Amino acid sequence: MNRIQAVNDFVIKFANVNGTGSASANNMFAKALFRMGLPVSPKNIFPSNIQGLPTWFEVRVNEKGYLGRRGGVDIMVCVNPQSMAKDIREVEPGGYFLYDSSKPLDIRMVRSDINMIGVPLTDICTREYADPRQRQLFRNIIYVGALAALLDIEFDVLTGIVSDQFRGKEKLVVPNVHALELGYHYARENYECPIGIRVERRNEVGDKILIDGNTAASLGAIYGGATVAAWYPITPSTSVVDGFDKYCKRLRIDPGSGNKNYAIVQAEDELAAIGMVIGASWNGARAFTATSGPGISLMSEFLGLAYFAEIPTVLIDVQRAGPSTGMPTRTQQSDVLACAYASHGDTKQVLLFPSTPKECFDMTAEAFDLAETLQTPIIMLTDLDLGMNDNMSEPLTWEDGRQYKRGKVLNEEQLENMSERFGRYLDSDGDGIPYRTYPGTHPTKGAFFTRGTSRDEYAVYTEDGAEYEKNMQRLLKKWETAKDTVPAPEIIGTGNSVGVIHFGTSADSTMEAIDYLAEEGIKVDSLRLKAFPFNKAVDDFIASHDTVFVIEQNRDAQMKSLLVNECEVSPKDLISILNYDGMPITARKIHERIVAVVRGDNVTPLHKKAGNKE
Amino acid sequence: MTYQRPNFRHPNLPVNELGYTRKDYEGALSTLCAGCGHDSISAAIVQACFEMSIEPHKVAKLSGIGCSSKTPTYFLGNSHGFNSVHGRMPSVATGANLANREMIYVGVSGDGDTASIGMGQFTHAVRRNLNMMYVVENNGCYGLTKGQDSATADVGSASKKGEPNPFEPIDLASVALQLGATFVARSFSGDRAQLVPLIKAAISHRGFAFIDVISPCVTFNNNPASTKGYEHVRDHLAATGTVDFVPVKQEITTSYPEGESQEVTLHDGSVVHLQKADPELDINSRRSALRLIKDYKAKDQILTGLLFMDEDSRDLHEIIGTSNKPLRSLNESDLCPGQKVLDNLNESLR
Repeated sequence: MNRIQAVNDFVIKFANVNGTGSASANNMFAKALFRMGLPVSPKNIFPSNIQGLPTWFEVRVNEKGYLGRRGGVDIMVCVNPQSMAKDIREVEPGGYFLYDSSKPLDIRMVRSDINMIGVPLTDICTREYADPRQRQLFRNIIYVGALAALLDIEFDVLTGIVSDQFRGKEKLVVPNVHALELGYHYARENYECPIGIRVERRNEVGDKILIDGNTAASLGAIYGGATVAAWYPITPSTSVVDGFDKYCKRLRIDPGSGNKNYAIVQAEDELAAIGMVIGASWNGARAFTATSGPGISLMSEFLGLAYFAEIPTVLIDVQRAGPSTGMPTRTQQSDVLACAYASHGDTKQVLLFPSTPKECFDMTAEAFDLAETLQTPIIMLTDLDLGMNDNMSEPLTWEDGRQYKRGKVLNEEQLENMSERFGRYLDSDGDGIPYRTYPGTHPTKGAFFTRGTSRDEYAVYTEDGAEYEKNMQRLLKKWETAKDTVPAPEIIGTGNSVGVIHFGTSADSTMEAIDYLAEEGIKVDSLRLKAFPFNKAVDDFIASHDTVFVIEQNRDAQMKSLLVNECEVSPKDLISILNYDGMPITARKIHERIVAVVRGDNVTPLHKKAGNKE
Repeated sequence: MTYQRPNFRHPNLPVNELGYTRKDYEGALSTLCAGCGHDSISAAIVQACFEMSIEPHKVAKLSGIGCSSKTPTYFLGNSHGFNSVHGRMPSVATGANLANREMIYVGVSGDGDTASIGMGQFTHAVRRNLNMMYVVENNGCYGLTKGQDSATADVGSASKKGEPNPFEPIDLASVALQLGATFVARSFSGDRAQLVPLIKAAISHRGFAFIDVISPCVTFNNNPASTKGYEHVRDHLAATGTVDFVPVKQEITTSYPEGESQEVTLHDGSVVHLQKADPELDINSRRSALRLIKDYKAKDQILTGLLFMDEDSRDLHEIIGTSNKPLRSLNESDLCPGQKVLDNLNESLR
């Protein structure tokens, strides 16, 4: 039988039951490879449920550093009978299927073209542990131990992770190491180890870290000076505020009084959450909220107010599959248009698109500077894949001494020395950005009325059409200013006739696909969007390429629409590569589509080749 | 609406302790209908703030949408104001308060803005005991959209259109009491003598101070069949008693007969003195307040005055333990942990 042979290049998938502690065991597996110097990209594919439903965890290992989802499964570790029939079908021919052999496998499931590895996990647990919860938890650790033998994972690395994980709870170290050994020895005694797929220590991760984007964003909020977080729980954004809470408890307690230098309010709904952020920002604090698709719909009215009344607002949208409740635990980039034009009337919102946890950190911190500089909402669009999965990332850095950019705010002294009348919406500098004052600054000067209704430059209510139009024009001027204030796109390659535009979590798979294309002689330039509004570099990139692909993870080509709308390009000039099954886009998909178009073969094959399944 | 207000001020106008005249607490000209109850409430707020010698710029005025929510333009012109979106003033006030605990927050809303579209946010602001005065200018109808019944309209009450309202009313004072509001009062826009000391007490109270003010809509809901018109309210008014607000620096000079009065000392040392009209009322008992509201309603009377207060109330900041310094005053050195912390964190993530 064919046995897949690979060193440091494979995909392993774990099929578990949710609520059984499997994610931490699977993370331990991924971290062990990471500590052996191997690039890994773990992805948790979980149900919208707390206990008892199938859940999967996929890890791609690739020493070249490709971190996007590859597609296909080389090794399946299946400890969930519910999903076994489907799981076994997913394994590539020549791949490996590790299962709990305490009961004989249903003969109808057995595939002759894959390698079956039985480990009697339940029997071992029943023999070793009396407590049912321990039996469940250690089962996961035992298969990690077995994998250590089967794949040649350095056992010391695993025990090191166990020690780190249970620092402060040392008595848990020994039983966990014992469980690892149980699996390890069983595999050694019963199978030829390593199997065809194995790992070898490399030095390919440098000083990188493994962190999820939501945690990185929460740290960005702390470093960016946020003091007020108001939110309503919603998957997959919840861990942003959880992270903020966790790290504020460590980093934001006033040493003298023990009081909190921050406030977190779990609001009654998303409307209230964004309302609180707007109220706090209006009153001079840095405030933020985090939500996902349904929350964006609910926050839209307030986003219009913040746009029109010009109140800094920071919103992190961790996108999931919509519409409506959609697939709440699957990833997508489908809030692009809802956010870009959030709210009724003529509104445009500034968007940021991070691709890595480091960018989640940097852009969250920067979002506060941008919001206060531009006096408008800043929406950072991340997604479930980036937000909730541990991603390999550059380490987080902060330039000590960095000052926050608080924007145009007049203080008491400036107001005191002001001879002319204060005009909240007066464009004194010609950049469309007026001056604001915080409530309570000066006894007699600088007070104004903030409102969502039309008003003149002095914030006085008016229904004069000319005044209204003048204000709307100034907001457009501010929009132009924003184009050169927001992060510029990242352009790689120049002079080729084919270009791809991508953003967010499509980056890894896009860059991998570009490498494959290069190997086949198709040279491609790429532009990664980091923000909306688009600046001139985006127009230039589109204009300077004959064929431009737009890669995105939604059905309706929302980013393409936005480009067509804002860059005034013809829809014909942009070719969409779309992925919206709720799983991250793969390099294979991008590669296939570009090859098909570039080679003039625009026909989707009726039967996909084996090994190309996703 | 009033088209003109003379600029002339008598040179010997009385000034308060800060040297401000009453005019320094006024706002822009009202554009509401002549005789609107809301204008009387604005005037009462002006009088209370003037007499309490509050620095006008230390007040933030917040409102939602509707006739009532327009009124913050018409008082305290030297204060920042925020006319937010319909029914959402409580969340904006919550955020504003979190940013700076040292200011005074005055929220003005209406019965539509609070009892319908904003019911959710209202109840949660109550639960959190947000430190603010929340005034509902309650006229039983939607004035700005021409007189539709609101959720506080009594069963059988008919507005100018003449159709009696078939639905049960929401009694906001009772709702506030049930949800744990720490200061609840009801008043009538036509009773300035009662309203001004209630506003003073509400501003001095630490926590959520709710005043439901019946404020007739002269244009759409002031007809004989309406239970929120001037005539009906005046005819059916009852009061829990007379409220005196004695600021901290002032000595109590009036003597009150024993047994018929109750005194409450606020956290800042000021005193609220209630001369009780109904000996049944215990100002520290929610139950007593809820029962009396029902009893008077059964007698077809509207019970006004101070209904309940908890002088030991802890506001949102105290509950969640935020810094005594306003959060907005914290700077980079207070807020940003620096690279060294990140170095350790990065190391733990390898």
